[in-house]
Amino acid sequence: MSETSPAAKADTTKLEAESRSATKAQLAEFWYYFSQNKGAVAGLVVFVLLVLMAVFAAFIAPHNPDFQYRDSFLVPPVWQEGGKAEFLLGTDAVGRDILSRLIYGAQFSLFIGVVVVTIALVGGITIGLVAGYMRGAVDTFIMRVMDIILAFPSLLLALVLVAILGPGLINAMIAIAIVLQPHFVRLTRAAVLAERSRDYVVAARVAGAGHIRLMFKTILPNCLAPLIVQATLSFSNAILDAAALGFLGMGAQPPTPEWGTMLAEAREFILRAWWVVTFPGLAILITVLAINLVGDGLRDALDPKLKRS
Amino acid sequence: MLRFLLGRLGLLIPTFFGVTLVAFSFIRLLPGDPLDLLAGERGIDPERKAELMAQMGFDKPLWQQYIDYVIGIFHGDLGTSFASKKPVLDEFLTLFPATAELALCAIILAVCLGIPAGIFAAVKRGTIADQAIMGTALVGYSMPIFWWGLLLIIFFSGILQWTPVSGRISLLYFFPQVTGFMLIDSLLSGEKGAFISAVRHLILPSIVLATIPLAVIARQTRSAMLEVLGEDYVRTARAKGLTPSSVIGLHALRNALIPVVTTIGLQVGVLLAGAILTETIFSWPGIGKWLVDSIARRDYFVVQGGLLLIAGIIMLVNLIVDVLYGLINPRIRHH
Repeated sequence: MSETSPAAKADTTKLEAESRSATKAQLAEFWYYFSQNKGAVAGLVVFVLLVLMAVFAAFIAPHNPDFQYRDSFLVPPVWQEGGKAEFLLGTDAVGRDILSRLIYGAQFSLFIGVVVVTIALVGGITIGLVAGYMRGAVDTFIMRVMDIILAFPSLLLALVLVAILGPGLINAMIAIAIVLQPHFVRLTRAAVLAERSRDYVVAARVAGAGHIRLMFKTILPNCLAPLIVQATLSFSNAILDAAALGFLGMGAQPPTPEWGTMLAEAREFILRAWWVVTFPGLAILITVLAINLVGDGLRDALDPKLKRS
Repeated sequence: MLRFLLGRLGLLIPTFFGVTLVAFSFIRLLPGDPLDLLAGERGIDPERKAELMAQMGFDKPLWQQYIDYVIGIFHGDLGTSFASKKPVLDEFLTLFPATAELALCAIILAVCLGIPAGIFAAVKRGTIADQAIMGTALVGYSMPIFWWGLLLIIFFSGILQWTPVSGRISLLYFFPQVTGFMLIDSLLSGEKGAFISAVRHLILPSIVLATIPLAVIARQTRSAMLEVLGEDYVRTARAKGLTPSSVIGLHALRNALIPVVTTIGLQVGVLLAGAILTETIFSWPGIGKWLVDSIARRDYFVVQGGLLLIAGIIMLVNLIVDVLYGLINPRIRHH
């Protein structure tokens, strides 16, 4: 590179500052619309608390989640007759503290959500970009394959994939990611189709941008809004599906304190000890609800069509 | 219209073959071969195994196996269950009415509550009623239904003892299956109390299975309704002095329902996935429980057949919905 003149340097600095303040303004606008939605803010607060709970589980949890207190089987929650102060939400059938297991369980659920969404998002965006950008036979083939995946109910396909891969948390996550991925492919492809003939893309192509640059740097940033919303929805779906697989015995295996697996273990005590069944499900519901609230808020804030209605 | 229909059917053919390929690959992708899995730890005599492999066609080249499989499908041959030694299709047909009855009750419940709730929320937009309905819908949409089912059992079957815990009908009643739908068969049997018993068994599973579709339909109806209520022709209808109820019922609702019909169609997949969990919780003898049990039992021909049949049902319903959509929305039909 040749030396840049001071004037050009000043121009670049000015441009960078302008672009920074534009990004800032965009973020401010986004936050303005997002914070209009009280539910979304509440969901975000709960979600942040859940993340903190998962990260600091070792410090918060009153007991070791796997330790079996032999003198305390099926102890009811503290406010019920027979409850013990040391087990706030009671114990399960082998004397493990339910509260501690729930706190550790948050790690699994959030981890599942993050991993599944990352796999589905990266895979889906890449495949969708290729389909929308290449068109023709490649596009047709990819979309037919996605149609085939979508022809099965997601949970059934995940169950079958786990049967092939073997039960366990990692395989359950892979299966769920495969099942959720077509939604990202379709969204990306549709957005790419809408964008690819716009003037700025043509301009970039004329200026000599290569295929990869056009796909990932020029087009992709302009398709992000629906993908972000879909990612949030998939995050909650991933948690629900993983819990369902755990419940059916095909996800995380006991004694993992995964919420769905905890429910499966609790099933036989359902009419004797309501607390072993109630709390893990409540944890799933609260987590999924918080994420869906955030998702609704994101959609309102990112979708210009709904924004001003 | 015929061209529209043929176009839709044409799109289905590659998907159908793709689905058969998935079902076909399933057994071949399992670790180990099916006979070893079946034999388990006891093992199997190599000669007998070769004989069985040949009998099931596993010794032929893969492409030949696939062609045989597809030809079999067109002859209604989906393999034989290891556990019951009955053809998979026969088992499916015996169990399917139980799932269909449950799913139908659930979707009727979801539509009958969801559409009015959505309309009400849209008309009362921004009020406490709207927020309450949409809040409830979001909770329903976020619900882990397997847990919801257990809670309902604890409360209604355990504490209140109003409803039975599992099954389709009390063991006290025994009558021939005519339609496979317990509600109809119990009425036909004329046995006193049988119908009531069937209804009581059906209530909780239907509520559980309806929860997510209900929430989705209510949300979709509300947003479709809001969109339509802002249109010029609704304003015109209001301006010419129609009563609010006829503006909503005659002008707005008919147009708002178009996207809702699609949503209802898309719920079939949700219902069949939900049936897997609901039937497991309530020991409902339908295809959902059958598939879960078969996976646990490693009865893989059943799983293979079930995959194919369920995907077939979903494709068929989506086709019907597409056609219906074309019928009620002329813009699509003439496109």
